[in-house]
Amino acid sequence: MTTLLEHVGAAEVLVCCGSGGVGKTTAAAALGLQAALLGRRAVVVTIDPARRLADALGVPGGLTNDPIRLDVDGPGELWALMLDTATTFDGLVRANAADAEQAERILANRFYRNVAGSLSGTQEYMAAERLHALHADSRFDLVIVDTPPTRNALDFLDAPSTLARFIDHPLFKMLMLPTRRGLKVFNVAAQPILKTIGRVVGGDVLADAVAFFQAFAGMETGFRERADEVIELLASKGTRFVLVASPRADTIEEARFFAERLRRGRLEVGAVVVNRCTPTFGDPPAKRPRAAAQAALYDNLQELRATFETERAHAASLLVGNALPPGIHTTFVPTLPGDVHSMSALASIRSLLFPPTR
Amino acid sequence: MDPLQFVSTARVAIVAGKGGVGKTTVTAVVARAAIRLGLRVLVIELDGKPTLEDLLPDVEVQHISASAALGEYLDGHGLSRVAKRLTSTGIIDVVATASPGIDDIVVLGKIKQLERGGRYDLIVVDGPAAGHAITFLLAAKGLLATVRGGPIATQANEVAEMLADPARCQVLLVTLPETTPVNEALETAVALRERVGVHLGPIVVNAVDDGPTLSADTAPEGSALRAAAEFRNARRALHRAERARVTAELGLPQLVLPLVPGSMLDAEAVDRLADGWSGT
Repeated sequence: MTTLLEHVGAAEVLVCCGSGGVGKTTAAAALGLQAALLGRRAVVVTIDPARRLADALGVPGGLTNDPIRLDVDGPGELWALMLDTATTFDGLVRANAADAEQAERILANRFYRNVAGSLSGTQEYMAAERLHALHADSRFDLVIVDTPPTRNALDFLDAPSTLARFIDHPLFKMLMLPTRRGLKVFNVAAQPILKTIGRVVGGDVLADAVAFFQAFAGMETGFRERADEVIELLASKGTRFVLVASPRADTIEEARFFAERLRRGRLEVGAVVVNRCTPTFGDPPAKRPRAAAQAALYDNLQELRATFETERAHAASLLVGNALPPGIHTTFVPTLPGDVHSMSALASIRSLLFPPTR
Repeated sequence: MDPLQFVSTARVAIVAGKGGVGKTTVTAVVARAAIRLGLRVLVIELDGKPTLEDLLPDVEVQHISASAALGEYLDGHGLSRVAKRLTSTGIIDVVATASPGIDDIVVLGKIKQLERGGRYDLIVVDGPAAGHAITFLLAAKGLLATVRGGPIATQANEVAEMLADPARCQVLLVTLPETTPVNEALETAVALRERVGVHLGPIVVNAVDDGPTLSADTAPEGSALRAAAEFRNARRALHRAERARVTAELGLPQLVLPLVPGSMLDAEAVDRLADGWSGT
């Protein structure tokens, strides 16, 4: 069994995944901090625009699309960035375009701006793309990804293959075909199926789309190869998935679902983190006191104990069955009375995630 | 003011909030409380999860998916052959790509159609997850900015009218009484008011640990009793402070759902939570 600490010491990529609201971002930041203490050069990537990572790291000005180095008292380095989907997509277009003119034609297209900014799945794909670029960046030896809060939390894994499928789509092929045959845009738009789509969505939207696909022609191979490389990186030995959950029945259920999806994709979960657990405080006195105030304290301790046990039972149900490798390292992180939004609070989370060994 | 009054002020209530705050729980409790008031209730679910049917065994639950709604829409506009062709070839996804927000518009259009149909007194929508609510509700405005004319633009217009009318539609924002979720709820509230222009109903604060401050210092220092009481007091103080912050920043009526520690949400738990509201 590999411990979470060993993963932080050895992995090239750590992907924190789990459903929304379970503390993925804080976990990612704490892993990064631990990595820096181990002497590694770690970069934490967040996709969540809600500034959670900036809050968790106590970065007052917020994070940017370029990595910022944070002050860490240790031998290594901790960097952090917040993914800007549109900027990353623009960079990908520039890198794959045959020349600057093709790149500009695409970047100026209205349909492209829509796709780059808001197409569902784009954000996930760009996160995977950025992961790939940072992995190749010699400044860092560990990339930690805080996956986007998607509808079902699986889109991140599916995004690269979705893109590949999209490129292979018959309509896409049809839209790009005319350039190869030297036909004009309006001829494409005259295709019956496109005329129909145009009737539904409006002619100018369609014209933009056709112009985009034609400008895109020739770049699909580069995009597909890149998508394949990202898929390969996610499946490589250096990439470990850290499943983050909270000890509630519904989030545990989602975590199990996620674990099964990873297993089917031959991606192994390296460790489990169960956040926001009710702490234990020790045993209550043998008898419930008579005095009301004392009895209230006794009841409180019993209540918290009962909650703790229910939570552990939920968490244990995640480890039943074969969704996760047997004996997987699981860390229970107790709830802090307050919230994490400073480096010192993050340091406490880190010490809870990596308790000192005796 | 009766905090449950909102169920009769507008026919559509869209439950919105970040992932993990308990939107589905709130949807179920609102529906249950409205049924107890004698209203005809429809619950709409967008994620394809079967949870709400289990939580509300005697209530009508409709699942609306974008592709089904688009197909149905085209059908209803004399484009049934096109609809079939679009769905069978998977081109519907590309259509949605060509015109972002089109999938949201047809879903909202379907909700609008049910609202106009008058069969229900209250339609509770378990909103889309994870910060998608703003994009979802902005789809009509966004689409109207790019598409002129055609059936979709008409649909977007009608949806925008519904969203802007407080007598027809309101958003119930859900949050947890913790710092980060409250920050996010405040940001969402501002965006919904200013960018979408939709009316905000009461804000629902879920999983609140409400109770008296325990006299921790009556227990011996270093004892389990004392540590547990201090922990509980700190949690309750945080919850009180965060609830006060919500009120101070938003000035909206607040509905509270108590913390139900660790247990699995089931139909019975929904009943009990609705008891808490029916009593007020």
